[in-house]
Formats: sequence, structure tokens, C-alpha cells
Amino acid sequence: MRTPLPDGLIVVAKADCPTCRLVEPLLAELAQAGPLTVYVQDSTDYATHLEGTQFDETLEYSWRLGTEFVPTLIRVANGKEIARTYGWHKDEWRAITGLGASLGQTLEPALPDMRPGCGSKTLEPGIAERLELAFGDFKLQSRHIDISGADDAIEACYERGWSDGLPVVPPTPLRVLRMLKGTRRAAHEIVGLMPPDLLPCTVEKVAINAVMAGCKPEYMPVLLAALEAALDEDFGLHGLICTTMFGSPMIMVNGPIAKAIGMNSGGNALGQGNRANATIGRALQLIIRNVGGGRPGEIDRATLGNPGKYSFCFAEAEHSDWLPLAQERGIAAGRSAVTVFPGEGVQGIIDQKSRDPESLVRSFALSLRAVDHAKLAMAGDAVLVVSPEHSRVFIEAGWSKQRLREELEHLLLTPGKDLLVGVGGIAEGIHERFKDKLVPKFRPGGLLIIRAGGTAGLFSAVIAGWAASGPIGSSPVTREVTL
Amino acid sequence: MNETILLDPTAENAPAQRARLPRPDTLHNKVVGLLDISKPRGNIFLDRIEEQLTALGIEVKRYSKPTFTRPAPTELKQRMAAEVDLLVEGLAD
Repeated sequence: MRTPLPDGLIVVAKADCPTCRLVEPLLAELAQAGPLTVYVQDSTDYATHLEGTQFDETLEYSWRLGTEFVPTLIRVANGKEIARTYGWHKDEWRAITGLGASLGQTLEPALPDMRPGCGSKTLEPGIAERLELAFGDFKLQSRHIDISGADDAIEACYERGWSDGLPVVPPTPLRVLRMLKGTRRAAHEIVGLMPPDLLPCTVEKVAINAVMAGCKPEYMPVLLAALEAALDEDFGLHGLICTTMFGSPMIMVNGPIAKAIGMNSGGNALGQGNRANATIGRALQLIIRNVGGGRPGEIDRATLGNPGKYSFCFAEAEHSDWLPLAQERGIAAGRSAVTVFPGEGVQGIIDQKSRDPESLVRSFALSLRAVDHAKLAMAGDAVLVVSPEHSRVFIEAGWSKQRLREELEHLLLTPGKDLLVGVGGIAEGIHERFKDKLVPKFRPGGLLIIRAGGTAGLFSAVIAGWAASGPIGSSPVTREVTL
Repeated sequence: MNETILLDPTAENAPAQRARLPRPDTLHNKVVGLLDISKPRGNIFLDRIEEQLTALGIEVKRYSKPTFTRPAPTELKQRMAAEVDLLVEGLAD
């Protein structure tokens, strides 16, 4: 409170609230009995004959009093609130006003014992954060950029280099405050040092970039978990941002949060059109760009890049017979989690003929050989995205995800001599020392399997990882989403 | 919604307002563009500058906007940016 509360009685009311109108004739009695302040939220046309009536046009008084309903009756003594009631409760009004049974006794018809009030104007949609910004103690820490000279806020964002090439939502203080309501974490908390510039990234900076990406506040827990996962030492984000290769953080979401925020794991799961998928992935990319300074042509040295660098985020179409990705990676059942992977683009596997797992697994294995280069091995990790129709072939035959992975690993063992440098007239290939060995395509743990996609289509997909996978570069990281 | 104040999404390791490019120390080996905005007699001023720069052995390229009433066409701006190191523009009569 800036100024002490006025002693006596305070009534907060709205002229268009029937219960406030019901109690309006009593206010003169209250004023006679002692000091009375009446704050009216919506009009000057209420209790106008009373000296203590004020039109609370900015709602500052109502907000400072923490008003949730009108009418609210408050008793203040020595600058402190000592009693409060809201709505019309005859007994409580009699007690708090100290007027006892005489209160309203002369009114005709007699007042009912009780009548509920209306919601306070301070809590109407969109109002609460405005009032908090205007009158609250909370201050956003980020630098304020005055763009009043610009005729278009979106163009101003472009000019400042804040965009990935698509329009961003201008990060006004009000929008950022609303975004911060999506997490219980403090705005000033540092999530980590953001590569490549290695500067601190606060929850507030995450919220600003989430606003620009088009996120809803409820996406914040997923975005924060994805950012933390990407900042894990094992993920090697610094190198991934700077590499000449294709990869960039791809986010896979498991658990109840995916449905709760409306993520797409079904038709076109890897494509456009779903707000959560599109904006969570984009927000992570904007954080890399704006907080980390990872911009193409500067420290992002990608030769070709890939369209997933705008955004790449989807959820698993979880199936009771297949262990979800996050659970395979140690997250308890029923919990939500994100897994980040240094994904390249999407390579389709079209197999519309296989009806048994033995044939389909061979199709998958053959297609997975293309990761990095058919003659390279143990370089890049890969995600195999199995569609519902393909997964049914395995599930109906009793193959678990684990079984599928083991069969693939077996099928992907290759005599080293077939992959050596120069073999097949191709200079690219693996080192001579593997000549007499059976070589796995992927390093241990380097093949991830996730189920996603629409219910029609005997198609699956390979998403190759960074050729520098594992301890030398990037390993996938899974992080639980905490609300 | 009031959109005149935005919160900086960056790590704030660069100034809030963009600084002008530093002036070159020398015009040696630089190409100087002269942009005539197509106001009357602008050419007389620019002709004289061209004369003086050329006398110093500095390469000069001449450009003109179709009309002073509108911003330069994008194609012209791109061409000038690609062809010269510095640009002199006469803004008024």
C-alpha cells in the first residue's frame, strides 16, 4: 500500500451489479455511523450523494484491496484491515458495520438474508496483468526498447534482427507478463548460459522469445524443459549451433502434457498447422538466435541447414503396447518429458507391401543405412518415426519397441570390408582398421524409436542426427516437464 | 495494445540503439556513389563533388531516384549497396 487504508468502512461496488444496487440504500446508514469510503469500479452513477464515494476508474484501489467480488465490505482500524465480507450476507454486514439489527430495518421490502455478488472488474480477462504491471511491485528486468518512432512493431522487430525470417509477435511488457504466468519459476531465475555467446538466459528472456514465437503461456513448462535439455552438457548445443552440418534441436514430447496443451502426434505430426508444435520449436530457435547469438552467416555456419531450424517439435502417439520414448529413457510412467535430438530433415520410408514384421524390419534397416551416407557407420544417431499402420504390423505380431530395435541393430551389422574408403569406387567410407570386423550402423543407444503420424499410411520416417553424435558431439537428452 | 515499448529478447550485450557505421579513415580504394534525389539543380552540386573526387583518383558512380517525393526503389537501393562503399546523397535544394 502506498498510502495507509482509510479507517472505518470501505465498500467496493459496481453500478451494474444488482447486489451492489441492493445494498446501495444502506450506505447512508453506514456513513452516518462512521467514516465510509465507497470505491465504484464502473461508473460515477452509484452512491453519488455520499461524500466518501470515489469512481475507481483506473481500478487501482480495487486492485490494491485485492477485491475479487463486489460488493466487498471491509472494516479498517488503525490502517489495518480487520474484517471483510463480500456479496450480501445480512448477518456479516450487521456484524462488520457494527449496526446490528438496525441495519436496513426501515427498508421496504425487507432485504433477503443473502445474495451473492458479481465478479470484480479487476479480474476480468486481460485486466489483471494490466493492473499488476501498472500498480504491482513486480518489474520486468529486460531492457525496454522504445519503438514509438516506428510505424509497425513487427517491422521494428525485423529491423533489430530478432526474427527467424517470419513475423514475430512484438514482445510488449503485457504479453511477456502473461507468458510468465505460464510457469511458477521466477522471472529472474537463470535457466543456463546460452551458447554460442554463453550469456545468461533468464526465465524472462525465455518468456520474451516465447511471446515472439507465438506460444501460449501454458506451453512454458515444455519450452523450459526443452531448453534445459538442450543446455545439458551431453547435448553439446554449442557445437550443434555452429556446425556446418544440418542438425538443430528437435523436440519430442511424451506424457499427459502433450494432450493438455493440444500438441499434434497424429496426422502431419512432423508438419505445419499445430500451434503448440510450431511455436515451442520456434521459441527454442529464437532463444538460440536472440539470447545465444546463434545466427546463420555469423556463428551458425551451416552449409545447407534444414527447414526444422524454423521449428521442429512433435509429440509421440503413445500406444499401450509400446513403451513411450521418455519411459525407455528413464522417465516414470504417467509423467511428461521432452527429449531433444540434433535432427536433420525427414526421410520417408514407403513400404506398402510388408504385412509381417520380418519383412518390414528389413525395409526399415535398409532405409536407415542412408543416414549420413550408406558407407558411413557409428557416426550420426537417428530417430525412426514409426507410423500407426506400420507399428500395428509389429504390435500385432507381439514385437515390442525394444525387440524392433534389437532386430534392426542385428540387421544393420555390416562386414567392414564393404564400407571401406574406396570400396565401390567411392572415396567416402570407414577406416581400413574395420576391414575384418562386423560394423554396427549406429553407436550403442544411437537409434531412437518413436511412434507418430496419422492412422492412414504405410509410411514411416528416418530423422538423421548430427554426424558428430555421442560424447564427441551430441547425445539425445531427456528431461521431465515440471509444472 | 500499446506496442511502443518492447522488451529486449537478446542477452543485451549490444547497444539498444544501432550505432552508425564508422566513417572511413580514407577514401583510398573506395568507390563513392552520388545519389541525385531528382530535385532541381541537385546535379550541379553532385557534378562538382564528382569532379573533385575524380581529381583525387577516387572512383565515382552516379545514381538518381525517379522522384524526390518517394523513397528510392528497392532495386536501386540494392544496386547501390552492392556497387559502392560510400554514398553521398543531397537531401534538399
